[in-house]
Amino acid sequence: MRQEIVKAAPAYTEFHPRWYRAPVSVYWWLGQWRYLKFILRELSSLFVASFVVITLLQVRALRNGPEAYSRFQHWLQSPWMIALNLVSFLFVVFHTITWFNLAPRAMPIWVRGKRLPEFLVAAPNYAIWLVASVVIAWFVLR
Amino acid sequence: MARQSDEAFFWMLFSAGGVIAAILIPVHLFLFGLAFPLGWLPAPDYERLMSLVHMPLVRVYLFVFCSLPLFHWAHRFRYTLYDGLKVKHLNEVIFALCYGGAVAGTVLAAYLTWTIA
Repeated sequence: MRQEIVKAAPAYTEFHPRWYRAPVSVYWWLGQWRYLKFILRELSSLFVASFVVITLLQVRALRNGPEAYSRFQHWLQSPWMIALNLVSFLFVVFHTITWFNLAPRAMPIWVRGKRLPEFLVAAPNYAIWLVASVVIAWFVLR
Repeated sequence: MARQSDEAFFWMLFSAGGVIAAILIPVHLFLFGLAFPLGWLPAPDYERLMSLVHMPLVRVYLFVFCSLPLFHWAHRFRYTLYDGLKVKHLNEVIFALCYGGAVAGTVLAAYLTWTIA
């Protein structure tokens, strides 16, 4: 019985029908602001990574002694690094805002059968951001 | 290439790194990347920073700061290359470079924060 079912299967053929897929340009994300915003949000990760590298260099400079650290500080004052950090700052803040605003969609909170408004779910994130920033600045500047 | 079950693990790292980056990086970047080099605020001197780094908790903090956001980058950047630039044929190479970079950064962060004090 089983054998017959196998036999009933269509024979293998090299002429497989190709699925139709509309060709998409490599620059698909340039057309619309929504898509561009998506790509910019994803690219913010590059600036996250580059600042982590800068911080690793800072820790290494601290480890290597006062002279190495003053060379590191001097390097951060170069116009190129200022420009990079300025652009990085804009991207990183963009990451923070988009990340916080995503939270209510990833984790909708329901209260008595009603969905809590998105800004109410996102608000604690902003509060934590503010408190953490103040605490870190206080530690560093004290 | 990552299997479906591994994907959840990489997504967790991406997500944790995203939170750390969102909350901690802006203030660090503003202070050390802009305010101190441009003289907007008085920069803490070497001794002051070293006294901070001598606290074990600060070193754990620095390790997390320098590790998880790299995994966030690895996940986002590889999908940007896959989807944004449509370079699907290089999947394995991109995967190895992104996570290789994140692991290398983590090892370096562990070494530096372990040996600094």
